Amino acid sequence: MSSTPFYTPPRWSATFDAHSIAEIHRAAQTGIYDIRGGGAKRKVPHFDDLLFLGASVSRYPLEGYREKCGTDVVLGTRFAKKPIHLKIPVTIAGMSFGSLSGNAKDALGRGATQMGTSTTTGDGGMTQEERKSSKTLVYQLLPSRYGMNPDDLRKADAIEVVVGQGAKPGGGGMLLGMKITERVAKMRTLPVGIDQRSACRHPDWTGPDDLTIKIQELREITDWEKPIYVKVGATRPYYDVALAVKAGADVVVLDGMQGGTAATQDVFIEHVGIPILAAIRPAVQALQDLDMHRKVQLIVSGGIRNGADVAKALAMGADAVAIGTAALVALGDNDPHWEEEYKKLGTTAGCYDDWHEGRDPAGITTQDPELSKRLDPVKAGHRLANYLAVLTMETQIIARACGKSHVHNLEPDDLVALTVEAAAMAGVPLAGTNWIPGRNGM
Amino acid sequence: MNVVDLSQTPLRELHTRLHNLPKDTNERLWKLINVHGEHACAVGLTQPIEVHIHGHIGYYCAGMNKEATVVIHGQCGVGVAENMMSGEVRVKGTASSAAGATGQGGLLVIEGDAGTRCGISMKGIDIVVGGSVGAMSAFMGQAGSLVVLGDAGANLGDSLYEARLYVRGKVESLGADCVPKQMTPHHVAKLGRLLKRAGMDADPKDFKRYGSARKLYNFHVDNVDAY
Repeated sequence: MSSTPFYTPPRWSATFDAHSIAEIHRAAQTGIYDIRGGGAKRKVPHFDDLLFLGASVSRYPLEGYREKCGTDVVLGTRFAKKPIHLKIPVTIAGMSFGSLSGNAKDALGRGATQMGTSTTTGDGGMTQEERKSSKTLVYQLLPSRYGMNPDDLRKADAIEVVVGQGAKPGGGGMLLGMKITERVAKMRTLPVGIDQRSACRHPDWTGPDDLTIKIQELREITDWEKPIYVKVGATRPYYDVALAVKAGADVVVLDGMQGGTAATQDVFIEHVGIPILAAIRPAVQALQDLDMHRKVQLIVSGGIRNGADVAKALAMGADAVAIGTAALVALGDNDPHWEEEYKKLGTTAGCYDDWHEGRDPAGITTQDPELSKRLDPVKAGHRLANYLAVLTMETQIIARACGKSHVHNLEPDDLVALTVEAAAMAGVPLAGTNWIPGRNGM
Repeated sequence: MNVVDLSQTPLRELHTRLHNLPKDTNERLWKLINVHGEHACAVGLTQPIEVHIHGHIGYYCAGMNKEATVVIHGQCGVGVAENMMSGEVRVKGTASSAAGATGQGGLLVIEGDAGTRCGISMKGIDIVVGGSVGAMSAFMGQAGSLVVLGDAGANLGDSLYEARLYVRGKVESLGADCVPKQMTPHHVAKLGRLLKRAGMDADPKDFKRYGSARKLYNFHVDNVDAY
C-alpha cells in the first residue's frame, strides 16, 4: 500500500465547466453579454452522425473515374421566366459588404463564377464590384432594406426575401461602429461610426398573407423574370416551408443553427434555432405534402464543410446547399499564417470569431483598408474555386458509390444514422437496424 | 391619355407596357380604372410619367417608384410608395400602415390620415400627411422628413436616426431617443418649402420639430432600459 496521502484530484463540474465559469467571470466584470461572429460552436447532432450505405449486392455502383455523375441544378422553375442554372449544387450564402471587406466580396464572386455557381449579397445592398465579379448574383431583400434599390433588383439574377437566418432566427443584427466606414455608412444612409441595427422583421409586411403580396410586388417590379427565394432560419421548418410555398416562393433557403452571422450575442447563437440535420426532413416533408418537392427547390445551409455533408443534405431531399463560414475559411479566414496576430487578439487560428470588431488579420471580416489589402481577391477567389471543386468531386464520389448518375438521385434510402437522435431527426434507420425512431408510433 | 381598365387588362400586361416605355415616350399620361383594390399596382416605374389611379387600391401601390408621379384618387392599402427612390406619390384619401416605408427619396403626400408605422425606416423620402398618423410612425427613420398636419400616435420616432419630424397637432408620446428640438428659422423655411411642394395650406410656424437625441447611436449597457 502506498504511503502517499490519499487525496481527491481536482474535478471539473459538468454543469459549471471551464467555459461557463469563464463566461460568468467575464459577464460579472463587463456587465455586457458576449457578441461574436460565426454559428453555434456547441456540439449538436450533425451530418457526421449519418453514414452512406454505398453499393452492395442489391445496389450497382458507378465507376468513379469514368461514368458520368451530374451535378447541375436549376433553381426557380416554378414561376420565374429566367430560372438560374448552376453547374454545382453548392452556392455562396448571403454575406454583406460591411461585415466583409470589398476584397472578400470580390473574391467570393470570382471563386463562385469560376465554378459556375452563385453568390448572394447581404445587408447593405449590392456593390458594383460584386455584381461585376459574380456571374450569378442573388440579391437579398432584408428587413433593414439598407441600400435597397430597384435598379439593383433588376440587375440581380434572383431575389432572396430574408425572413431569418439560422444563427439568430427571430433576431435582428448589429454592425458595430468600427465597421461603419464612410462608404458603408453612405450605402446604408447612416452616420459614420454608429452601431448600426438591422431590424428583426420587415417594415411593411407581417405574416404569410402579406408575404404573398410582397412577393407579387417583387415579381411585378421585375416583370416575373427573377426567381424569388425565401430564406428562413431553422425553427419550425415544416410550417415555415409550407407557408413560404403558399406565399409563392420559387426556392426556399433553410439555414440551421450552425450557419454563421457577422455579429450576434453568443447566447442567441447557441440557444435559438435547431441544427440543420433536424430541419431538412420536416422541410422536405412539407414540400412532399404539397406536391412541391423538386418543383420548389430547397437550399440548405449551416455547417456544410465537405462533400459528405453536401451529399447527405442532397440525399435527405435538398436541391442544393449554401456555404458561408466554409467559404470564408477557404478564402483564408482563421489561417495559421496569421497566428501571431491572432494571439495578440487573445485567440488562436481556428477559434477567431470576433468578426464584428473589424480587426481580422486575414483582411476578410474588416473594413480597415490596411487589413483589407492583405486579401488578394484573385488568389483568394482561386482558393474558393478549388474548395468548391473538391466539395463537388467528393459529392460525386459518394453519389457514384451509391450508384447514382446525378447527385440529385441520392435519397434517404442511401443513409443510416449512428445515433438514435440522428436517426429520429433525419428520418433514416439507425445503422444495422430498420428502426426509425418516431415512425410508426415507435 | 392612355386609359387602362384593370378589370380587362392583367396587371402584368400593364407593367410590361409601363416598364418598357422609352425615355422619350410621349405616352406620359395614364389613367387606371376599375382597379378594385389591386395589390402591387404601378410598381417599379422608372420614367417621368403621370399615372392616375381611380378607385381604392391595395398593398404596395407605387412601390419602389422612380421618377414617376402617381396619384391615387381613393384610399390605399399597406406600404404605399414603399422604398420610393424619387418622383411623387399622392394619395387623395387615406393610407393604411407602413406608408412610405424605407423610402429613399421623392415626395409622398397623403391628403387624409395615415395608419401605423408611417415612414418606418425612412431613408430620405419626404412624407407630408394632411391628417394624422398612427403609432410608431418614423420608427428607425434614417433620413428625410415626416410632416404631420394632424396628430401623431404613440411612440413617434422611436429609435430615430437622422430623419426630421414635424407635427402640428398633438403627439401622444415620443419613442425611445426621440426628443423635441428647436424650430429655428432655417427649419421654418425648409418646412415652408416642403409644405408648398406638397400643396398644403399650413403655416410652418405652427409646427413642432422632433429628432434624435442620438443617445442610442452606440450601444451602451447604461441605456439598456431604453431598449
